Amino acid sequence: MASTAEHNGFHFPEGSSESNNGTSVDYPAMPWFGMDIGGTLTKLVYFEPRDIAASEEQEEVETLRTIRRYLTGNVAYGKTGIRDVHLEMPNQVIGNRRGSLHFIRFPTSEMYAFIDLAKSKNFSSLSSAICATGGGAYKFEEDFYKMVSLRLHKYDELECLLKGIHYIDRFNPSFECYYWTDPGNSQLCQKVPFDFRNPYPYLVVNIGSGVSILAVKSPSEYRRVSGTSLGGGTFLGLCCLLTNCETFEDAIQLASEGDATKVDKLVRDIYGGDYDKFNLKGETVASSFGQMMSKDRRETASRADLAKATLVTITNNIGSIARMCAVTEKIERVVFVGNFLRVNTISMKLLAYAMDFWSRGSLKALFLEHEGYFGAMGCLMEYLNLGHPCNT
Amino acid sequence: MTAKSYARSIELPTESIFRNLKHARRFAIDIGGSLAKLSYCSTVSRRTSMVFDEPEQDDASHIYNISETDQVIVRLHFVKFETKYIETCLDFIQGNLIQSKDFMKDKYIKATGGGAYKYKDLITSKLGVQVDKEDEMDCLICGCNFLLKNIPDESFVYQRHGNPDYKFQGVSTDIFPYLLVNIGSGVSLIKVESENKFERIGGTSTGGGTFWGLGSLLTEARSFDELVELAERGDHRSVDMLVKDIYGGAYTSIGLPGDIIASSFGKAARSPKDKNTKSFKEEDLARSLLLSISNDIGQIAYLHARIHNLKKIYFGGYFIRGHPMTMHTITFAINYWSKGEIQALFLRHEGYLGAIGAFLKGEEEEDTERYSWGEHFAGSSGLVSPKQKCFDIAKSRSSMFDHLEIDRLERPLLPCTLLLDVNSYYPDTVDLTKDAEAREYWLQCFSQGADKSKLQAIKSQPSSPDAVERADKFKSRYLDRLSVLKANPCCFGSLNVRTLLDTSSQFLSELDFTDPFSQQKQFENEQALKSLDGHLNHLDTLSWDDRQMALAKGLLAGNVFDWGAMEVRKIMETQEFGFADAQDKLQAIFCDNSGADIILGVIPLTRELLSRGTSVILCANSRPTLNDVTFSELQLITKHVAAISGEINQALTEGRLLVMESGQGSPCLDLRLIDQCLVDTIKTMDTDLIIIEGMGRAIHTNFEAAFSCECLKVAVIKNRWLANRFGGDMFNVMFKYERSRRVSASNNTS
Repeated sequence: MASTAEHNGFHFPEGSSESNNGTSVDYPAMPWFGMDIGGTLTKLVYFEPRDIAASEEQEEVETLRTIRRYLTGNVAYGKTGIRDVHLEMPNQVIGNRRGSLHFIRFPTSEMYAFIDLAKSKNFSSLSSAICATGGGAYKFEEDFYKMVSLRLHKYDELECLLKGIHYIDRFNPSFECYYWTDPGNSQLCQKVPFDFRNPYPYLVVNIGSGVSILAVKSPSEYRRVSGTSLGGGTFLGLCCLLTNCETFEDAIQLASEGDATKVDKLVRDIYGGDYDKFNLKGETVASSFGQMMSKDRRETASRADLAKATLVTITNNIGSIARMCAVTEKIERVVFVGNFLRVNTISMKLLAYAMDFWSRGSLKALFLEHEGYFGAMGCLMEYLNLGHPCNT
Repeated sequence: MTAKSYARSIELPTESIFRNLKHARRFAIDIGGSLAKLSYCSTVSRRTSMVFDEPEQDDASHIYNISETDQVIVRLHFVKFETKYIETCLDFIQGNLIQSKDFMKDKYIKATGGGAYKYKDLITSKLGVQVDKEDEMDCLICGCNFLLKNIPDESFVYQRHGNPDYKFQGVSTDIFPYLLVNIGSGVSLIKVESENKFERIGGTSTGGGTFWGLGSLLTEARSFDELVELAERGDHRSVDMLVKDIYGGAYTSIGLPGDIIASSFGKAARSPKDKNTKSFKEEDLARSLLLSISNDIGQIAYLHARIHNLKKIYFGGYFIRGHPMTMHTITFAINYWSKGEIQALFLRHEGYLGAIGAFLKGEEEEDTERYSWGEHFAGSSGLVSPKQKCFDIAKSRSSMFDHLEIDRLERPLLPCTLLLDVNSYYPDTVDLTKDAEAREYWLQCFSQGADKSKLQAIKSQPSSPDAVERADKFKSRYLDRLSVLKANPCCFGSLNVRTLLDTSSQFLSELDFTDPFSQQKQFENEQALKSLDGHLNHLDTLSWDDRQMALAKGLLAGNVFDWGAMEVRKIMETQEFGFADAQDKLQAIFCDNSGADIILGVIPLTRELLSRGTSVILCANSRPTLNDVTFSELQLITKHVAAISGEINQALTEGRLLVMESGQGSPCLDLRLIDQCLVDTIKTMDTDLIIIEGMGRAIHTNFEAAFSCECLKVAVIKNRWLANRFGGDMFNVMFKYERSRRVSASNNTS
C-alpha cells in the first residue's frame, strides 16, 4: 500500500520534501522542544538539526550550541534525567529542517532543577516561550515565567497524544507498532510488527500515573471515555510502601523475580480447584492480596512476591476496564501507551493475554515503541504548527 | 488460651438466640470465613381467640361466642453468629431438638458458603444429619430474589448525611433484571434475569480481600472492621495524587474537577529526592485504599451494567456488611461513573442471602411461591452497622447474634388492582425517618400508649395467672424497641405510624395477647346491633337529601367510636359527594372498627348502595389488631344483620353483597399486599368505587393514594397533634371524594 502523508488523515505538509538548509521565517527560532509534564515524569522531545552548514554553525549563537551539545553529548542529565538513546529517530525532516529527534525524561519532582538548568544555560535569550502539554504545563506555568522569564505555550493533552502517535508511527524507520503473539505462552510469545496505517477506530489506553482511555474514531473525532486512578503511580506508590524500593526500575526488577500466587488468593484456594459453574480456572486470581489477610502468609511473602502481586493487580485491572470500554465503544484495536509499560514486558504480556482471552480473540492489544513520548512529540508538532488534524 | 477454647467457654444466652428451636424442622447453614448463618423453619403456637356461632348453646346474651384456641404459625428463623461459635451453637441445637439423633439420621441439612466443606464432619457428628452442599452463587441469587419479592423496604439507597441516610425502596413488583455485585474476597457480578436465569457476567479480583490484605500490610489494623474504622478517620489527599496536584487546579477541558483522584497512592511513589521512605498516617493509607477499591468496583459494576443495559445494581458481600463508610464510597463511585443515572442499591438483610437461599433450596418441594411472607419485626434485629454493634457488645453477649424472622402468611398477597400506579404507590402519609418532629411526637405517643396496651392485655385474659407478667414483658420489650428506633429510625426499614402499630401488635402477639380487644369488640357489636333496626327504620323515613347526610354522618359518627376516642363530637366539613354518584356502581369498602363503626356506619351505607342496585364487597382484616373488625367477626355480624334487614339478606343470597378478607392484620392499609382472592374478585366484578374508612386506613395511609376508579376516603381525626398538623381541630372529619385519575385511552390518542 502506498504510504502517503495523508494515509491516516493527518496532514504533514513537509512530508517528504527536501530540507532547504536555510532558516525559515515560518518556524519559530531554535531550539525546538516539545515537553509533556506528567504527574510523575516529564517527557521532552528535542529536535537536533543535523543539516547545519559550516557557515550557519559559525553564526549559531553560543547559547544554542551549548544546549545542543549538552543534550546530544550526554545520555544522562544530573542525577535523574535520562535520554532514551534507543528511541532516537535520526534523519527526520521537520519544519524544513533535517535532523534527529531525541527523547529525554526526568522526574517531574525535579522540575525546579530543570528550570535552574534552563536559567544557567541562558535559555530565555533564545526564545521567550517553550511549548508544553500535560498537567504540569498549568501547574508550573507561573514558575517558568517568574524564574526564567519563559512563557509556556500550552497545548491540549489529548490532541498532542494522538498527533504524536501518528507522527512517530508514520516516520519511525523501524517498526513502531507491535503486538505479542501467544502472550499466554512464554515459549512461543514474541513481538510482531503491526501495520497501524489504517488505525481507525481505536482505543488509546494511556497509562501514566493514572490512566486515561480515549476512543479515537477519526483524526478529528476522539473523546476521553474513561479512566482509572489505579495506574503507574499506584503501582510505584504501593511498591514503595510495601517493599521499600526506590525506583520504577527497581520495582519492575523485583516484580520479575516474584511469585504473585504467594500473595493472591486463587480460585483453587477457595474452591479446591476450578469453579466449573462459572468457568473459572483454579489458577485464576479470585482476590488480589487475598492471602495477606493471614499473619502467617504475610510473614512468608517476599518483597518480590509483593511487587509482582502489585504489578499483576494493577495491570489486570487496567486490562479489564479497557476491555469493557472497547466493548461499549465497539472498538477492536486497543493501543496501550504510557511510561508504565517501559521495561515492563510483564504487563504488556498480561494485557495482551487478558484482551485476547476475555474477548475470545476479538480484541487486539497493540503497543508502541515510544511508550510515553507521544504527548511531548505532539506538543512539538503543535509548536511548529504542523499537521493540525482539525485543519485537514 | 486459643481463640477456639475461649469462644467455647463463653456462656451463650442460647435460649433467646435460637428461638422456637423445639419445633424446628429443616435446617440450612451458610458458613463464611468469619460469620455463619443458621436457618430453620419452626412452628409457633399462639393462643388466639376464635369467634364462632353455636346456636345449640343458645346463649341469648351473645351474638357470637369467643373461644381460645391455638393457632399455628410457620416461621423462618435466621441467626447470624461468628463462625468461631459454631461448635457451641451446634451443641445447643443438638441438646434442644425434640427429634432424636436417630430421627435425624436420614435427614439432611443444606449447607453453603466457603466453610460448608470444612465443617461438614462436625455438623454430621453433632446433629447426625447428612450435609448437602448447595452452590454459593445459586443460594445467593435465590435468597436475593426472595427478599426483594417478599420483604417491603428490603432495598435502599444510601445517602450519607442525607435526611434520612437510608432511602427505602418499598415493594418491587417486577424485580428483574438486575445486577448483583457480590463483594467478598473477590468480586462477582451476576446478571439476574428471572427466578432461574442468571449469569456471572464478570468479576474482579480487587475486592474485600484486597482491602483487608493490603490494609493488613499497610497498617496495624487487626480486623476488617478496624480497617474500615481507620479509613473513616483518614484523609486520602496526603497519599493520593489528585488532579489538582498535577494540574494545579481542575482539568477543565475534559471536565475533571481538581479534587478527583488522578493516581491512587501516587504520592507514595518515592522520587529520587526522597532519601528515606516517606511516612504516611495509617488512617490516610486505609482511606486511600478504601476509596481506590470502592471506586474501582463501582466503575467495573457501572461498565457491566451499561454493557448489559441493567438499571438496578445491588451490592452485597462482607465488604459492605452495613458499613456506612463502604456504602458511602460505593454510592459515590456509582454516582460518579454513571453521572447520576444509576443508583447503588443495598439490602437490609444482605448478610442472609446465602442462608435464605440454602434454606429455600431444601424447601423447594413445599413451593414457597404459594405463600406470601412477612417480616416479623418483634423477633428480628434491625439494620445495625458493625460499628454500632461494637458498642452494644459491652451491653450483652447476645448482641453478637443477629436475627431475622419471617412469617409465612397462608394466603398469597398481591397489589390492589384499583391503584392508579402500583409502582409509584406508597401507603404511608408521613415518613418518620425524614420528618424529625413527627417522629419525636409519634415515638413519644406510642411510648405513652404502651401502658394502656399493657392494661388492655391484662384485662383481656382475666383467668390467666401469668397475664400480668407477660404484659409487663410486652411493655418493656416494646419500649426497648421504640428507643432503638429513636436512636436509629432507619433500622427496620420505613418508619411510620403503620409500622409502629404493626410492631406493637407483633410484640403483643409474641406474648400471647393476639386479640386483646376480642371481648370488647363482642360487647360493642352487640350494643350496636340492638340499635340497628331502629336506625334503619329512621333512615327510611328521611327524604333522599336528608338520608344522604344521615348516612354520611353515620359513617363518620361510627368511626368516632374508636378505641382511642374519648368523647364523641361531630363537626362536619364534608366535601361534595352525592350518593347519586354511587348509583349502579360496585364498591369495595375497607372497614375499620367493630361496633358502631361497622354496624351503624358501614351497614346502613351498604344497604343504601344495595338498594340502588350496586354490588358491594365488605373487606375486613384477616387477623385481629386493636378493635378493628376481623373477617370472621364480620361474617357473623353480617349474618345477624341479615336477620334484621331484608335487603342485606337478599343481597347476601344473590351474591351482591360479599364479605371478604383483606389479607391484612393492621389498623392501617397497605394496598400493595392484598389477599389474592379479594384482588381477583375486585377484578372480575369490575369494581369502580373504593371506600376507605378510618384514620389508620385513610389518613396515616392512603391519604395521597391515587386510584384508577372513583374513591371515597372517610375518617375522623382522633388525634390532636395530627389535627393540628392538618390545620384543623380534634374530631374534624375527612370525607373526601376523588374522581378516577385514569386518563382514558381515547384522550391520549387525540
